[in-house]
Amino acid sequence: MDLFLQQIVSGFATGGIYACMALSVVMIYQAIHHLNFAQGEMATFSTFIAWQLLAWGLPYFAVIPLAIGLSFIGGFIVERVVFKPIENAPVLSHIVIFIALFAIFNSAMGFIWDFSIKPVPSAFGEGPLYEGSLLSKHQTGMISVTMFVLVLLWAFFRFTRVGLAMRAAAANPQSARLVGIRVSFMTALGWGMASAIGAVAGILIAPVVFLEPNMMLSILLYGFAGAVLGGLTSPLGAVIGGFIVGIVENLAGTYIPVVGGELKLPIALFLIVVVLVVKPEGLLGRRVVQRV
Amino acid sequence: MATSETYAAGAASAPKPFITAERVVYLLLFIGLVALPFFSKGFFVFQMTKLLIYAIAIIGLNLLTGINGQFSLGHGAFYAVGAYTTAIMVEMMGVNYMLTLPVAGLICFVFGFLFGLPALRLDGIYLALATFALAIAMPQFLKLSTIEHLTGGVQGVIVFSETFDPEVPFGLPLDPGVWTYLFTLFVGVFLFWLARNIVASRTGRAMMAIRDNPIAARSMGVNIALYKTLAFGLSALFTGVAGALSAIAVKFVAPDSFTFALSIVLLVGLVVGGVGWLPGALIGAAFIVFVPNFAEEISKGLSGAVFGFFLILVIYLAPQGAGGLLRAGVGRVKRLLGGR
Repeated sequence: MDLFLQQIVSGFATGGIYACMALSVVMIYQAIHHLNFAQGEMATFSTFIAWQLLAWGLPYFAVIPLAIGLSFIGGFIVERVVFKPIENAPVLSHIVIFIALFAIFNSAMGFIWDFSIKPVPSAFGEGPLYEGSLLSKHQTGMISVTMFVLVLLWAFFRFTRVGLAMRAAAANPQSARLVGIRVSFMTALGWGMASAIGAVAGILIAPVVFLEPNMMLSILLYGFAGAVLGGLTSPLGAVIGGFIVGIVENLAGTYIPVVGGELKLPIALFLIVVVLVVKPEGLLGRRVVQRV
Repeated sequence: MATSETYAAGAASAPKPFITAERVVYLLLFIGLVALPFFSKGFFVFQMTKLLIYAIAIIGLNLLTGINGQFSLGHGAFYAVGAYTTAIMVEMMGVNYMLTLPVAGLICFVFGFLFGLPALRLDGIYLALATFALAIAMPQFLKLSTIEHLTGGVQGVIVFSETFDPEVPFGLPLDPGVWTYLFTLFVGVFLFWLARNIVASRTGRAMMAIRDNPIAARSMGVNIALYKTLAFGLSALFTGVAGALSAIAVKFVAPDSFTFALSIVLLVGLVVGGVGWLPGALIGAAFIVFVPNFAEEISKGLSGAVFGFFLILVIYLAPQGAGGLLRAGVGRVKRLLGGR
């Protein structure tokens, strides 16, 4: 029973990572109805920027807003430069561009910061939260930050004019344009926010898994699994999905013998395929009905 | 899809003369490729072998994406299955390597067909996601400890560990490297011919109809589920045979040769060569084999950035890849010469 509890708790903690990543996946999906396969690499890039700033001797409280701000601007620029020209291109073009970005970011990180593994200190300090606690300080911090980001997003979409405009632009671009919303600007804003959230996720994850250019590949897959499970249209669903994926991964790793530590990625594959086939709208997502 | 006219025009036309410009080009190309190893060095022959292998895999991907309009970011997985099938059969069971190709193709066909079943319910970006997951998960399947006695786990399998080289049949006086190249070429020519005939057949037309307009295709009586899964299976078959050939040419398989990067490389080859144009596979394969060499000379690990940059360039400037450029060029020359 103790082991079970321990696994749930530590699954919850890793789930926090996936939840963060899933949030940023959902953010992009809201803006452009696409899954950004380069999301993980972009987040890793942001984390590298944060690491570089730390290495230059800046304190953590200055580094975090700076890295997040830069990521926001970076995401915004990527959308403007790369995706604006092919707004109306077929799906294949979009997927190819995502893959292109993936390759460029991955290779650029290796080029600038090389492929060696870099430890990143936690912003929350080391050690357990209190004596005998199941969660470490970092894990607690990670989960709280994820929750905080979720509440922030919810408030942003619910109470601000820009949030409302973004929702309108995503739900019905034509009508949104008619009432004076700059739809393509909103899309770029969505990209900026998604990469900012990605930066948060990256900075939270790096102390757990070590920083290197391929850090995010498997985490992105879990993030996708979480987002798909929770529903690609719902930020809350994505967070819940992320936590569920974390817990399932840990429990399966402990209690199913062969799967053990060996088949953790195939679990994500399995989850994605099953959810997409059985309940494509996810746990909390809206069912999108199209008129044909 | 932007490439719908690629094959649609050739479907029904008057009987053609036996000698066409196209056939002459193919014949010259074939003669050139056969003659090539006798005029070049060992390493170049190996690179050309790799080029042909990639070309076969890209033809497979093209059948799925170009002809049937389904996406896959996970073809590296089928390539891996083919490679492992051959490696295991040659090493553990002592089967002649040539006989392993049909088996590898068949296993991949079944694997692809089965993966195509859930894929039926997935469109566009979701299918891309599922295949993305497949590509990333594949190395972990290969490392699984319960099948380690077959796959060799992380270490992989060394193929031809006793003879060091694939055996040259009929006592031909050929270098094993040259023979591997020629063998790959013959298999490649056969598969290319097969792919062309599939595309020109009833099955191919059904697949293209589904790509261009699934609703219209269904109302014409095309069994969408059957042809979509069939396209997945056939595509996996081609890619699997390519993987099997790679096991023979490289003489080694290991899980980390079949990561997501491989699937990216295949996609790059497809897009550069031209989506929906089968001969483009050769151009795309040349691109993915030779461009990294130039890129690595500038800086190590830069090939990814060069690939990415070219992908974006192709999508902006020539969305139909080299095939589109070539057709446009040929069309212009014809007009200059006064033909129609």
